[in-house]
Amino acid sequence: MKLVKNAASRLVPVEVNGEKQIPYKGFGIYKPKGRMAAPPIRSCADYPADGNKVVKSLKDALKKAGLKDGMTISTHHHLRNGDVLTNYLFDIIKEMGIKNIRWFPSASFPCHQHLIKYLEDGTIHHIEGSMNGPLGRFTSEGKMKGIGVLRSHGGRYQSIQDGEVHIDIAVIASPTADPFGNATGDRGKSACGLLGFALGDSEYADNVIVVTDNLVPFPCYPWQIQGNNVDSVVQIDSLGDPAKIVSGTTEVTKSPDRLLIAEYVAQFFEDSGIMKEGFSFQAGAGGTNLAFAVYLKEKMKARGIKARFIRGGSTKYLVEMLEEGLTDYILDGQTFDLEGVRSMRENLGHVNTSPFTSYNYHSKGNFASIVDAVVLGATEVDLNFNANVVTHSDGYLLHGIGGWQNCLFSKCTILAIPSFRDRIPVIVDEVTTLVGPGELIDVVITERGTAINPRRKDLIKALKGSSLPIKSIREIYEEVIELCGGAPAKPKVNKDNVVAVIKWVDGTLLDSVFQVI
Amino acid sequence: MEEYLKTASAGKRGDKIRSDCYVEIKLRKTGKNKLDIKSKVSVMYGNDIRRSAEDTIEFFELKHADILIEDYGALPSALTARIETAVKRLFPKLQKEYLPEFNKNNTDATTKDRLRRSRLYLPGNEPKFYPNAGLHKPDGIILDLEDSVAPSEKDAAQFLVRNSLRAVNFYGAERMVRINQLPKGIEDLKFIVPHNIHVILIPKCESASQVLDVEKEVLRLKKEFTIKNEIYFMPIIESAIGVIKAFEIASASIYNCALAIGLEDYTADIGTQRTDEGKESFFARTFLVNAAKAAGIQAIDTVYSDVSNMEGLRDSVIEAKRLGFEGKGCIHPRQIKVIHEAFLPTSDEIDRAKKIVLAFNEAKTKGIGVVSLGSKMIDAPVVKRAKKIIDIAISHKVLSADWIENQ
Repeated sequence: MKLVKNAASRLVPVEVNGEKQIPYKGFGIYKPKGRMAAPPIRSCADYPADGNKVVKSLKDALKKAGLKDGMTISTHHHLRNGDVLTNYLFDIIKEMGIKNIRWFPSASFPCHQHLIKYLEDGTIHHIEGSMNGPLGRFTSEGKMKGIGVLRSHGGRYQSIQDGEVHIDIAVIASPTADPFGNATGDRGKSACGLLGFALGDSEYADNVIVVTDNLVPFPCYPWQIQGNNVDSVVQIDSLGDPAKIVSGTTEVTKSPDRLLIAEYVAQFFEDSGIMKEGFSFQAGAGGTNLAFAVYLKEKMKARGIKARFIRGGSTKYLVEMLEEGLTDYILDGQTFDLEGVRSMRENLGHVNTSPFTSYNYHSKGNFASIVDAVVLGATEVDLNFNANVVTHSDGYLLHGIGGWQNCLFSKCTILAIPSFRDRIPVIVDEVTTLVGPGELIDVVITERGTAINPRRKDLIKALKGSSLPIKSIREIYEEVIELCGGAPAKPKVNKDNVVAVIKWVDGTLLDSVFQVI
Repeated sequence: MEEYLKTASAGKRGDKIRSDCYVEIKLRKTGKNKLDIKSKVSVMYGNDIRRSAEDTIEFFELKHADILIEDYGALPSALTARIETAVKRLFPKLQKEYLPEFNKNNTDATTKDRLRRSRLYLPGNEPKFYPNAGLHKPDGIILDLEDSVAPSEKDAAQFLVRNSLRAVNFYGAERMVRINQLPKGIEDLKFIVPHNIHVILIPKCESASQVLDVEKEVLRLKKEFTIKNEIYFMPIIESAIGVIKAFEIASASIYNCALAIGLEDYTADIGTQRTDEGKESFFARTFLVNAAKAAGIQAIDTVYSDVSNMEGLRDSVIEAKRLGFEGKGCIHPRQIKVIHEAFLPTSDEIDRAKKIVLAFNEAKTKGIGVVSLGSKMIDAPVVKRAKKIIDIAISHKVLSADWIENQ
């Protein structure tokens, strides 16, 4: 396999799954030219005039869509770890004797380990999306036939729009839909909140199948997916396990160390001056991030400060802020708990967004860069502030990128992370896999100290006199290495076997994941 | 199946275990040592774990042994403590000790009158809590050998606490150990006195002679190991008789720095239950404060056990402060900040302290030996106390560090 060094000095293959690649050129440099990919022309004369597109079974819908070997099939992760549909879909594909599918999920979850047998028997050729948990392990051990491709949510939209990924069939799990194909995730027994990740697929795929366990008479309103883009509608008994689709309640962490980190992050917002009237922020749904939102809320209330908008991953904590008037809007990217789903239905200030509005490289601007500050996690951060979210220090691929890369474009990117986990340093000399270039990461907040990227002289100045434990990233690194008993050894990998590649938001290759030996 | 002469194990195993390990040693009649290591961090630290295990085994001259280590990310000092525990369970008479290096950040000595507003209890057999405890900035950290350790694990805790006192960075917190109730607690002392301890907590203390027993053994060990730093005692009163003898206990040793009360056992002893209102313990607490103050040492209040009720904790600290207590125990790091805030000096206290410090400075510049405020003479301890109040106020940003210039 031929590898070249890219602008971040990482080795990447020149070709992936038979397609030529462009190595990462640096931040904001690569701009593809030409015309966007476009779906084929359709005529409404080809669709039932009464608007009833219901097909008897998913198998019939796949047949009708002309499923054949080597096609690209997309699914979406709205149902998270409660997803039954994707596994059922591949059971049918296997039964039909189809081979070499390129599976293009917006993300995978541990429940998808069911698909390992289809990766083994050749039903699925490779995954382009995320390879979480058991799928990551399978991929890292070099067992997948093709090379995995990891993209951010924005990168996924980019790859569809510039023709890098042509979707043959999109299968959209829809907690509520009508026979015409209008669909939504905010209602029904499998309600999951937003279907935004399926938006691009519904517009660009050759064939779109909506699968629902709650078929309602036309019109399903309000809709998130437009029926005018949909070829067939299939009704099944159950899309998945509601308890695993959204958590009943998301809870803040109980770990005193994580709470300390969250408290430091909230203090950083205040001391840096980011927290001011009309500001905006984004925080995910991890326990530390939720705790941060709780602490920030106390500070906002105490100072009488209101946000203009919060981007999220919506949870009950953000909903409380919206309903208590501490923010005008929640710009929701995905919905993590039942309160989020309820608010999406009830609150005008709870706005549905998509990777197109928020993250896409080929949009005329996007929301992520308008956000004042974003709080993210990471598996590793190195001395140059480069960060990793996909592999662990043992070399195994265990997580997807999600919206993480896209969020780095916020005005201030904060990684809120423990400095070590058990005996595993999180602050390292060099990341195992580069997923976020250090020039986009402004602050690293750990329980041992807060490190500000030397590029951000403005932040360093703003934090003078703060009681936060400000340290250099090297000081934190050295403390952790001493604690853990020396620098960790690097994983042994087969440099001749790239098992997956990391795409940057513009479609270039940022790094490679090698087979673990 | 091979027959083993003797087997022993130490540590913990299972999916939920973190930052700890399990060690099993089986002795054969003959043959070379066999070392089997399974670690969650084998890629990063596999070689290191092997090296440290081999070194420990060689140190104890272990022979003909099958050694199994299941590691869940134990830090080096915990790993070797577990190996030593297993070895000494096989050979209880073995005297040698495998000691980690002293952490270079823990060189500070303590003083009798330092701030002891918060002291965080950590179970003596749970290594996962240690490396980050100091980051929460308690005034003191207590590694507990007593109630938080199961009777079958007392030996394991001794080795772990010893290693942790030496190797763990306490980030400036006072290093404390609660020994077992006497007489067993006397045996604990050799695991802590030579290893960089500041304060020894003596639980369920009921007489001056118990304090003197501890003092005698501590002085003996200090001499044996040529320990120069002062080691102080904090007897904990937890019974009716302890309360009655509080003054005798408080004044038993010049090394007593504080007297603490433990209300769970005390209320049980007088046949009642703890209430939020605390009428049942009012006598004991005020009596204890008086005894401590009469002996010239600090009075420290019991722990507040509802970790989710921060308002209740705050009220309880404010009440304790009013009664004359200078510190409070805590069982969760989130309690520390609340305790420190509640012990903050009031604005009246700060104003008075400022006046005293200014008067003292003025007397010093004028070369006057006697400090007076208005018509009142100010004693040295009062000046010292005023300075302490100023320091606390500055560290909590209720007073600017350059307040003197802005007078």
